[in-house]
Amino acid sequence: MQISGRDRSRYQTFTRRAALLAGAQGLAFVVLAGRMYYLQVLKSDQYSMLAEENRVSMRLIAPLRGNIVDRFGRVLASNRQNYRAMLISEQTPDVPATLARLSRIVEIDDFTRKRILRDIKRSPRFMPVTVAEDLSWDQFAQVNINEPDLAGIQPDVGETRHYPYGEELAHILGYVAAVSEQDLEEARGDQPLLKLPGFRIGKEGIEKTYDRELRGLAGSSHVEVNAYGRVIRELSKDPGKAGSEVVLTLDMDIQRFAWNRLKGESASSVVLDIHTGDVISFVSAPAYDPNLFNMGLSTQQWASLVENPHKPLINKALAGMYPPGSTFKMIVAMAAMKAGIDPKHRVVCPGYYSLGGHDFYCWKKGGHGALDMHNGIKQSCDVFFYDTAKRIGIDAIADMAKQFGLGSVYGFEVPGEKPGLVPTPAWKRAVKGEPWHQGETVIAGIGQGYLLATPLQLAVMAARIANGGLAIVPRLTRAIGGELQPVPQPPRVDISPEAISVVQGGMNGVSNEIGGTAYRSRIVEAGMELAGKTGTAQVRRISRAERQSGVLKNEDLEWRRRDHALFVCFAPVQAPRYAMSVVIEHGGSGSGAAAPVARDIMREVLLRSPGPPQATVPPGGLKSRAG
Amino acid sequence: MLDLRRFTGHEMRLSEKLFEFNWGFLLLLTMIASIGFAMLYSVADGSVSPWALRQAGRFAAGAGIMIVTAMIDLRLWMRIAYPLYGVALAMLIAVEVIGLTGMGAQRWLDLGVIQIQPSEIMKVTLILALARYFHGLTLDEVSRLRNLFIPLALVGVPVGLVVMQPDLGTAILLTASGGILFFTAGLRWRYFILAGAGILAAVPVVWSRLHDYQRNRVFTFLDPERDPLGAGYHILQSKIALGSGGIFGKGFMEGTQSQLNFLPEKHTDFIFTMLGEELGLVGGLVLLALYFMVLMFSINVAVQCRNQFGRLLAVGISTTFFFYVFINTAMVMGLLPVVGVPLPLVSYGGTAMLSLMFAFGLLMSVHIHRNLEISRGPAAFW
Repeated sequence: MQISGRDRSRYQTFTRRAALLAGAQGLAFVVLAGRMYYLQVLKSDQYSMLAEENRVSMRLIAPLRGNIVDRFGRVLASNRQNYRAMLISEQTPDVPATLARLSRIVEIDDFTRKRILRDIKRSPRFMPVTVAEDLSWDQFAQVNINEPDLAGIQPDVGETRHYPYGEELAHILGYVAAVSEQDLEEARGDQPLLKLPGFRIGKEGIEKTYDRELRGLAGSSHVEVNAYGRVIRELSKDPGKAGSEVVLTLDMDIQRFAWNRLKGESASSVVLDIHTGDVISFVSAPAYDPNLFNMGLSTQQWASLVENPHKPLINKALAGMYPPGSTFKMIVAMAAMKAGIDPKHRVVCPGYYSLGGHDFYCWKKGGHGALDMHNGIKQSCDVFFYDTAKRIGIDAIADMAKQFGLGSVYGFEVPGEKPGLVPTPAWKRAVKGEPWHQGETVIAGIGQGYLLATPLQLAVMAARIANGGLAIVPRLTRAIGGELQPVPQPPRVDISPEAISVVQGGMNGVSNEIGGTAYRSRIVEAGMELAGKTGTAQVRRISRAERQSGVLKNEDLEWRRRDHALFVCFAPVQAPRYAMSVVIEHGGSGSGAAAPVARDIMREVLLRSPGPPQATVPPGGLKSRAG
Repeated sequence: MLDLRRFTGHEMRLSEKLFEFNWGFLLLLTMIASIGFAMLYSVADGSVSPWALRQAGRFAAGAGIMIVTAMIDLRLWMRIAYPLYGVALAMLIAVEVIGLTGMGAQRWLDLGVIQIQPSEIMKVTLILALARYFHGLTLDEVSRLRNLFIPLALVGVPVGLVVMQPDLGTAILLTASGGILFFTAGLRWRYFILAGAGILAAVPVVWSRLHDYQRNRVFTFLDPERDPLGAGYHILQSKIALGSGGIFGKGFMEGTQSQLNFLPEKHTDFIFTMLGEELGLVGGLVLLALYFMVLMFSINVAVQCRNQFGRLLAVGISTTFFFYVFINTAMVMGLLPVVGVPLPLVSYGGTAMLSLMFAFGLLMSVHIHRNLEISRGPAAFW
């Protein structure tokens, strides 16, 4: 190449430097190639794993919740198909228009509409949002037929918890509801499942206690997702394991009978099998419909439950604490016999009992005259028990009360058990900082004062008397997942059989002898007679002025100041099998209000179960139903 | 007035020029662009729309521009180098003015029919203007301080405007290609050492004036895992895609990172990553080899040229092309911070493709007119 002289120096410099550039570029390409080798060969495994983690996502599949059945296998809680309409917002050009068209089939109020629009805004455009739940078959069919006109609406069938007996079992089964923030915090290991949209967990009752067992094991599905989380395809699937079936000791027929008998009152009753502690029926009235909690209560529904003076949300059989009143007299009697007092010992009742210048009255004006222990129980003489209590002292009474199940909790399957209260001088010093007065021992003799017991405890007390002093504990679960729950051998109460038979005889007198306080409420069928004890618990102090002007009759008082009516009993007298308690809040007197109810329920129990134990679900037959 | 015959038909006939045109080079460019079409086809999930077909159309138009540009006499390009620079500068200023009234970064000029990115055009015209300027200086004159003010202004003004847009990537590219022309024109080494020291000193000042997103890019580059779902997401996903591709790749249209959208901007700045994921190390190296052939060919064009304007023009175009390739690929491999630089001929984009093909047309014009001797003074072709 010919280059003129003047240009030569420029050209040489240029060529030299251009060669330098070419060399530098070559070097840069070597660096690039080296980096590619590093990433794509040396680190390839690591990055392949990361790419796989990106690509594959695990989706949980909610397991089917286990059923709850009664002792005969009748379904008390199950899963029902829930016809829903879902909306996938990316499939419709105009969400409000679609909702407007859908609202011709399904009513969508403003509140729901706002909720739907908020949900749509919060979730990715391809994620289905629930628009309407619990559609009737007609509505669901219409949604299906009109699908072409309802762009973005997808009919869907989900599962939802169903309680066919509604409020009759609300206080036993409890309910399931959406998972709250607090639930998430408490359940550390299960968070992924709990975070599933629409997943519900047990919040009360058996649903809560056996939530783990009922819930089952979550399945999973491995899906390929894109960067926005949209599922492209399913790679593998594990369906999980349905929850276990829980078999209760309840007899739904009796439960229903008892419910109908107590409905309308503010009351509770518990029926126990005295040998096993099996809860045959367990009613607290009024109640609520657990199906409403499942779907979410409206504000009005919630307010009406909370404001109801009869407290439908409170499980009275478990958490209602009442002075046991005269139903406590069996305890005092047994404590006395243990302390060495002869049941033949007689006390004269003039209608009142004086102690330290203070008079304690008997419910019967004019008094009962002279009575022994049998008649003291049968006629429920207050003076007899004032006198007896004072002689044996509060500690002996408290000891016997505790042995018969008062003042403590049993670890019952339904949460919320209250311990009640069995007062002692030690307790009073510790809690109130005051010394014990002898007058307090005297009124404890008739189950008043500080004494408190729950209906469940009263039923247990009656059962332990009926079975001759076996300290059974109540139980509600017969089997879980096909496995029978063992009944532990109960320890014996420290009391002689003779003492117990005196008390049983007294209770028989109450119901079956003329002059007994519940004679009018006896069971007349031979072989089915019950033995009981009435109780009337004061909820107010009777003032001196009132006493002089004549004590007002309960019927003349406003409802919340009337006495509580109590009744405990067992049956049949000849061969006891069942025990029960009934408490009717502000019902008036035990003999007038509680005893007839108890009689009716117990009669029904015996009619259904006349002979020896029978008719229970075999453990083998439960597993098939659980799936 | 201008006598066109003196520049076109006078010394070489059109048929001669067409014969001199290196058709093999155009084939090389077509091969590179075709890899781009294939990747754009794959991005669109096996469809020529919306990207592959339009990109092919632009490449065809670009090839036409390249051929026409190559036919035009190099002396005409030298003659209109300054006016072209002036037009590009005016457009940059126009964008800046519109940007002031609009919102945020403004890089596009809407001419009604087409949208132009003036900074892309400036990349070519800056090289033209600098080559024109240094053509007129002897080796001794180049290193005289008083002769450096004009070329520094030629680089500095557009760089300043681009920084204000703000478009850091283009500003760096303009500065670098300008520097290369100073370098190959023969500016003494000591000036470069001085400039290097000056840049180091200016770093704290520039840093304080950077936008937050620009600073974040630097932080993210230094430690991508710092914020894997935010600023570091791009680079992390890009490395995952490349690395999981392995030696032979996951197969065409089989890249999970790209097809499932974990990889961002895969049809523009991150298209090389997609290639690496789907076609592996082999595919990536093939593309790099093709690029290297383009570079070596263009440097050879420069060295073979007998006039300084042509030499500088060719080396400027070659080096700018290199910078594009290097910055983009190094960025997706995590060797450089994320700056918005496309992969030339492969990334989807209109103005970049057309101005690049225009630049290759100029390169080919240098090649065709390589034996032309052009005197330093203006009188030689006036």
